[in-house]
Amino acid sequence: MNKRGASRWWIPAAGMALACSLLLGLMIGPAGPTWWRVPLELLNRLPFFSVHSGLTPTDWSIVSQIRAPRVVLAAIVGSTLSIAGASYQGVFRNPLVDPYLLGVAAGAGLGATIVITINRSGTSSWIIDPLPMIAFGGGLIAVLVTYLVGTTGKGERSSTSLVLAGVAVTSLATAAQTFLLQRNSDVVRQVYSWILGRLSSATWGDVRLVLPYVVFSTVVLLLHRRLLDVLRVGDEEATALGVNVSRVRLVVVIAATLGTASVVAVSGLIGFVGIIVPHAVRLVVGTSYRLVLPISLLFGAAFLILADIPGRVLDNPAETPIGVVTAFLGAPFFLLILRTRKNER
Amino acid sequence: MRALTAALAATLVLAACGSSGSTPDTTMPAVTHRIVSLSPTATEMLYAIGAGDQVVAVDSLSTYPTEVADKVTMMSAYEPSVEAIIGYTPDVVLISNDMNKITEQLQSISSQKITVWTGAAAATLDDVYKQITELGALTGHDKDASTLIESMKSRIAKATEKVSAPMSAQSYFYELDNTLYSVTSNTFVGALLKPFGFTNIADGVEVGNDYPQLNAEAIVKANPSVVFLADTKCCATNTAEVAKRPGWAGIDAVKNGHVVELDDDVASRWGPRVVDLVEQFAAAIAAASK
Repeated sequence: MNKRGASRWWIPAAGMALACSLLLGLMIGPAGPTWWRVPLELLNRLPFFSVHSGLTPTDWSIVSQIRAPRVVLAAIVGSTLSIAGASYQGVFRNPLVDPYLLGVAAGAGLGATIVITINRSGTSSWIIDPLPMIAFGGGLIAVLVTYLVGTTGKGERSSTSLVLAGVAVTSLATAAQTFLLQRNSDVVRQVYSWILGRLSSATWGDVRLVLPYVVFSTVVLLLHRRLLDVLRVGDEEATALGVNVSRVRLVVVIAATLGTASVVAVSGLIGFVGIIVPHAVRLVVGTSYRLVLPISLLFGAAFLILADIPGRVLDNPAETPIGVVTAFLGAPFFLLILRTRKNER
Repeated sequence: MRALTAALAATLVLAACGSSGSTPDTTMPAVTHRIVSLSPTATEMLYAIGAGDQVVAVDSLSTYPTEVADKVTMMSAYEPSVEAIIGYTPDVVLISNDMNKITEQLQSISSQKITVWTGAAAATLDDVYKQITELGALTGHDKDASTLIESMKSRIAKATEKVSAPMSAQSYFYELDNTLYSVTSNTFVGALLKPFGFTNIADGVEVGNDYPQLNAEAIVKANPSVVFLADTKCCATNTAEVAKRPGWAGIDAVKNGHVVELDDDVASRWGPRVVDLVEQFAAAIAAASK
């Protein structure tokens, strides 16, 4: 196949996939209207269109107030984790890196645990709920510590020591969290339900909360996609080509962390996406970050929207945890791509 | 189970010793113990049968009744420390499950004989009565135990008779936390609600998933007539917060003011206060049936 010719179509194709998943996500649910009525109603809501969809007000409130924010949040979380994962893998030149590597998740978890143990009942009714804010702050602080501790080495060493520092900071934050939980065993359940990935309680408020950070982080990462390609040749060679390697690394890590911390703060930990999506994309479109980043963004969004659908209909009226579904759908899918690509070579 | 049998056997022996040679003394308990309770439910039961004075220390969550306040310690009911327990030199230890082989450890380490009584989470009211009876026998408060059980039974009978015909067309949603975890009718609480005839909207999930997380869409669609909030303490939910949730304003329970705020502690234990819970259920169901 002519790679050059094909690559022009990848982005529109991924965009179409995302649009279809969005529509599918809005159509399928355990309650609400019959699936085919939803697109009719959406048409009806467009200007200059008038279609009778037969939706009751209850149906519409289920779709617009409960299902739609969940679908949109899934898209945001999926795209952010995927692009952040791809970027991390780029700056560290390590395929096994995921967006939680530098301690974001553990820091955010510790932040959430602190809020919940100190006084959850007093704080949840505040005008601005401090829980996602402090979780977000905790994630950023953890990564900051990792960076301060991990960047004393020079050049090639620095990315290894950064990863090791991330492991250490993660352990430290997890230990602090376990200690807190031990002393406040009555909140264990609440903390775990926060940490385990969840899109089920998504609201438009969550979407509004994360959107600015996610947009900023995504734009910065996309602007660095060419530089990430240069970094692939190695720190010294990239320096020789005129790239300020440590600055690029710092900016990319900050942007990816900002995005990851904000989605972790509203949706907890959703594993698997940040590592599998970028790799699946690489297997299909090649290793150039100029394609990998935008396609991971679109495809990650589509993937998490689709992965969230079985979670809400499998055991109606109950939920199936999203992490279970992402792994169940993602692992075989990834293996399939891995196999077919091998055969082609 | 073995622990329970052992505890029962020990109790019988103790009781036999206490009453040997004379008719059973009804005015004074035959035995007094030094009890450490690591089960909030058992603590409530002990105080309700008047055996509170035998309690020397309780776990961090045993905060009811108020008289127990100065005996509350940092001991965890989930991961009890054997050394901490032995520090109170108890001869009876009450637990709700034997996760960490606490029975074995206590009996192997201590030179003194320690009776470990296990009162597992009740599945039915009969389990509750059985545990109260056992604790009565253990502490020499048999009579108080049977009085308590009689009063519980009569209050529950009174509460349930108020609600006349089964109303399975109406339903309820029982909220365990603000991520919409719930209970099916197979649980203790679900079973308490069953006699009132309302349908539990969580029923119908896969068998074995008795504490399912419900989908928000499904709850709005099911349109329950009553919503019970068993998460007012943990998660600070209340009637006003529930009404503000997306899509919930249209739910009958919210529209007609049948959102019931429960006390998390009462709702998650199986002690004497379970009667208060049943009465709250009865009042709410009666109000919603009108």
